[in-house]
Amino acid sequence: MTDIELRKVVQEELNNIAPEIDIAAVDPAADLREAMDIDSMDFLNFITAIHRRLGIDIPETDYPKMVTIDKAIAYLTAQCATKAKPRGP
Amino acid sequence: MADFCMPSLGPDMEAGTLVEWLVKPGDRVKRGDIVAVVETQKGAIEIEIFQAGQVEQILVNLHSKVPVGTPLARIRVEGEAAPAAAQARPAALAVPAAPAAPAAAAMSLRAPLPVAPIAAPAAFGGVRASPAARQLAEQRGIDLATVSGSGPGGAITYADVERRLGEAAAVPDKKTAPWLDLDAMRAAIAAAMARSKRDIPHYYIEHQVDVTACEQWLAQHNAKLPPDSRVLIGALAVKAVALAARRFPAFNGFYRDNRFEPAPAVHVGMAIAIRGGGLAAPALHDADQLSLGDLMSRMRDLVQRTRAGRIRSSEISDPTITVSSLGERGVEVLYGIIYPPQVAIVGFGKTVVRPWVVDGAIGPRSVVTVTLSADHRTSDGHAGALFLAEIGKLLQEPDKL
Repeated sequence: MTDIELRKVVQEELNNIAPEIDIAAVDPAADLREAMDIDSMDFLNFITAIHRRLGIDIPETDYPKMVTIDKAIAYLTAQCATKAKPRGP
Repeated sequence: MADFCMPSLGPDMEAGTLVEWLVKPGDRVKRGDIVAVVETQKGAIEIEIFQAGQVEQILVNLHSKVPVGTPLARIRVEGEAAPAAAQARPAALAVPAAPAAPAAAAMSLRAPLPVAPIAAPAAFGGVRASPAARQLAEQRGIDLATVSGSGPGGAITYADVERRLGEAAAVPDKKTAPWLDLDAMRAAIAAAMARSKRDIPHYYIEHQVDVTACEQWLAQHNAKLPPDSRVLIGALAVKAVALAARRFPAFNGFYRDNRFEPAPAVHVGMAIAIRGGGLAAPALHDADQLSLGDLMSRMRDLVQRTRAGRIRSSEISDPTITVSSLGERGVEVLYGIIYPPQVAIVGFGKTVVRPWVVDGAIGPRSVVTVTLSADHRTSDGHAGALFLAEIGKLLQEPDKL
């Protein structure tokens, strides 16, 4: 999955949680909890949605790696890569 | 027998116009009931009665302007023997003309008289309601026909419309409001909170609770679980409050009709912030009976449905105690306002790491400030402190929640 595709998934799922926010206007380096008024249950729903959609199980200890859009994409890119490895040639 | 007279509603008032009766002959009234509405220079004023008894007779016609002190109605005060005609009622049933005679005689002495026995003006569609209730209903677009009245003779009071507003905000009309009407919700919050601040003598206490054990337990518990089964600390908080409420029934129930009714079940109202500035506190039914996993999934479901405007009517009507939690952001202390007719609300502030003494040594611990706002009509600070301390104790053993 490309960076652009991942960004689209992250943005869509965040938009499902905060439909009234123009996601394109959110600073990708800003803390989501502050920038989008995301509470712990919203964040858990975000993590759950990513898990369902991409099959990536993000442990609680990795939550800090998901707190901005840019960080989330970097983290998910790395996870996709490690996940893809066993299936590779 | 006592006369209920046109009151003086200020030193400059000489007369008032009777614009509405909320009682009819035969109705029982108690001290503080609003029985009539009088139009003065200051506007329409609801008139309370200060005697308990039964309305014997209405003496003044609707829309009559009468001087201060004019008897408006005759009240048979509590304990007073019924007049001969009424005492003879069983016999009179067979002879309906007989009891009417003395009433007719009294009528002839006192004109003007009601044309019809307190029929509501046709313009109001036959619904009896106080002007304040009408005004509120009109402002908020509530049809009075959909409001059930709790006033004398089933008349709709301001509080009844407030209650209806609360329901309307919580259960929006799905046909017209796919999205929540935050203005209506704000109006309902304002009405409920104003009523709370007006009627409930709150007292407030707070307690700092070390929740390090909860965090450690959750980290272990959640490590084994996929995201959709993970538990948040908020579920531990709700469960602890529910268990404590079961042990301290004075904080779980309703204050209605001047008395406290403890609730047989614990339905924890969960304060849910709605994006864009709304708030609702629907019930997590039997929260004390649920496992943490079940409670957590119910919380997630409830938050989702509340934010989508799909709360069930029972969830709105029957919370027996409320929990309001600020979550991981914000500030450390939250002082809640009781949601009437409940008698207590427990607030959880944000968890902070503080230097704390454990076993004689100072170390960093996660601490949350838990507050209790409770109704002094049903409990005192002493009982409140024991209740709050119990919540703190329960949070020391998360594995037993």
